[in-house]
Amino acid sequence: MSRLAVRKTYKLFIGGAFPRSESGRSFVVTDAKGGFVANAARASRKDARDAVVAARKAFPGWSGATAYNRGQILYRVAEMLEGRRAQFAEELGTGKKAALEAVDATVDRLVWYAGWSDKITAVLGTANPVAGPYFNLSSPEPTGVVAIAAPDDPLLGLVSVVAPAVVTGNTCVVIASQRSPLAAITLAEVLATSDLPGGVVNVLTGHQRELAPSLAGHMDVNALDLTGVADAELAVECEQAAAANLKRVLRPAPEDWTADPGTRRMAALLETKTVWHPLGV
Amino acid sequence: MAVFEYAPAPESRDVVDIRPSYGLFVDGEFVDGAGPSFKTVNPATEETLAEVACAAEADVDRAVRAAGKAFGPWSALPGAERAKYLFRIARLIQERSRELAVLETLDNGKPIRESRDVDLPLVAAHFFYYAGWADKLAHAGFGPDPRPVGVAAQVIPWNFPLLMLAWKIAPALACGNTVVLKPAETTPLTALAFADICVQAGLPAGVVNIVTGAGATGAALVAHPEVGKVAFTGSTEVGRQIARTVAGTGKKLTLELGGKAANIVFDDAALDQAVEGIVNGIFFNQGHVCCAGSRLLVQESVEEELLAALKRRLGTLRLGDPLDKNTDIGAINSAEQLARIRSLTEAGEQEGAERWSPACELPANGYWFPPTLFTRVAQSHRIAREEIFGPVLSVLTFRTEAEAVEKANNTPYGLSAGIWTEKGSRILMMADRLRAGVVWANTFNRFDPASPFGGYKESGYGREGGIAGLEAYLDV
Repeated sequence: MSRLAVRKTYKLFIGGAFPRSESGRSFVVTDAKGGFVANAARASRKDARDAVVAARKAFPGWSGATAYNRGQILYRVAEMLEGRRAQFAEELGTGKKAALEAVDATVDRLVWYAGWSDKITAVLGTANPVAGPYFNLSSPEPTGVVAIAAPDDPLLGLVSVVAPAVVTGNTCVVIASQRSPLAAITLAEVLATSDLPGGVVNVLTGHQRELAPSLAGHMDVNALDLTGVADAELAVECEQAAAANLKRVLRPAPEDWTADPGTRRMAALLETKTVWHPLGV
Repeated sequence: MAVFEYAPAPESRDVVDIRPSYGLFVDGEFVDGAGPSFKTVNPATEETLAEVACAAEADVDRAVRAAGKAFGPWSALPGAERAKYLFRIARLIQERSRELAVLETLDNGKPIRESRDVDLPLVAAHFFYYAGWADKLAHAGFGPDPRPVGVAAQVIPWNFPLLMLAWKIAPALACGNTVVLKPAETTPLTALAFADICVQAGLPAGVVNIVTGAGATGAALVAHPEVGKVAFTGSTEVGRQIARTVAGTGKKLTLELGGKAANIVFDDAALDQAVEGIVNGIFFNQGHVCCAGSRLLVQESVEEELLAALKRRLGTLRLGDPLDKNTDIGAINSAEQLARIRSLTEAGEQEGAERWSPACELPANGYWFPPTLFTRVAQSHRIAREEIFGPVLSVLTFRTEAEAVEKANNTPYGLSAGIWTEKGSRILMMADRLRAGVVWANTFNRFDPASPFGGYKESGYGREGGIAGLEAYLDV
């Protein structure tokens, strides 16, 4: 006798917990042929604000953790993801070979970024030879809470925008791809079991049109990554809203997720802090 | 204690030859502007110094197109050749530094001691520093052949007119961009003198263009479609408007905006040294400094002792003729700024803070404000939250390190901060936790072209100075 499968309820990921949307809403996620796959939670603007609160709360601990520790945790995320290779491949629903390649590339990307945690400061920091008797050192520091609109590439694209934000000590609120949001929630399950402190990554599923402007105008968000906003008008609206508190903005641009990411995304979400001290006085 | 009186020691203004009127500097020539010309005055005397042309939209368009035309050949020059132009400019600034310092003091109101010993040396140093980068960009960490952005639109404030020009123009030109710069309406003269230096240096026409005018001129410049990069230093409010204007255009943008820096004094600090640092932090340049240490956070146990020493020191500050070499505090730059300082200090009194100034006679003409200190300031007071941009210090207290960090960071700004303590580990811990782009420990208000400068949060984004300052002008 065949057994009836136990299906998963796809919920949001906020502050390390998996709540439904406070609005009680959901939306239908379909496969490539239009068939029903699941009802995903449709996050509200209130959920987005809650996620920002969680991200802000997590920021001091995460940015204050040692770079080695952050690297270890990101590497742990890669390990957990590798362990769920088959599950992700199935959920991506793109054909087994392509899906497995995408999962492998995602694991490798996480490993790549994990290694950056204790190197980026040495690469971007500078010892400055000022014309006077002063010690003068510039170091990169995380900018704070980052709101991210993830691209439609459901796993590799998602990890390629989240990892560079958090590896340096930022915390984030990410709006998953509206078309393919389920991998983001399964990734959240991976994050929840990887020693990543709750609130470092918060995942919202729902309508980008509704959530992105709300996060863009939020006064406790420090930076906005619009990579996943395909609608040019929406991107402009968000960039304008971001001016309210001078958020750092990553504008949407075509991306090849299989290419070497370089340090650009990490650098865009870092501040430079310069410390002076007199010598010999 | 014996007090020695000073005899006046005025710097001669004969070294400057101010023309009765100035045009715009476009495509290597001085030309008329279509807008209504305006007067620039000496804020210490209210005398009119010169009549200055105002660039209308069509003039701005002409300047941007001149810069666009010059961009091709300028960016194609070998870096070593661009470097030599910049070295020439640096040398010319040194040669004419006395003249430029006097001109700056006349137009801005800052003490000659500061324009001569701080502004001008830093201006020349900035051109020297970035000149050296022009042929070394491949080594700066932005790839093997980083490209310039194009025409840079640069809008600068009135507090350090020539220094802010140097911060904008030197890196832009070193990276291969051409520029259109708008100086502040109240301080256009040194920028126009700089135009003459560009001519003396033989800089190709159109590489540097100077358009004078007020807000409308700046808005037209920032909005021009052929501009590839916008750089602005000024108020956070105008910075927000510019960020909104630039949204969706793809223009690269850097903003250096306001601040409300905490200058934090612990009970183990060298108090005499700290007093000098506090004075330099808020009374340097009449407090017209975005990174000024405008909030003094003092540990409760030394509050009384520190304030007594600080008040004693404020009593020795000399306010008056900016051209006098003994002057510590010059004139407020404009009637408008003076009104703003007055309105905020009145709010300070109304909200319950205690106001104090040393006995200080203000000259009859010109715009003046005495060094002022507020005690019993609460974090909710406007004088603790808003940038006053004047010689006004708000004093708050704290008991623990954690409270100091909390109060220091309790502002939408994040440009600078100061720490005074003799304990090394405390300096490093505080420096780590303060959310500010520049942290001065046991010093304040130090600047150097090799040292990146710029803010966190609503103090803007991007850095000026150092390698970090190149990024703003490269297509990376």
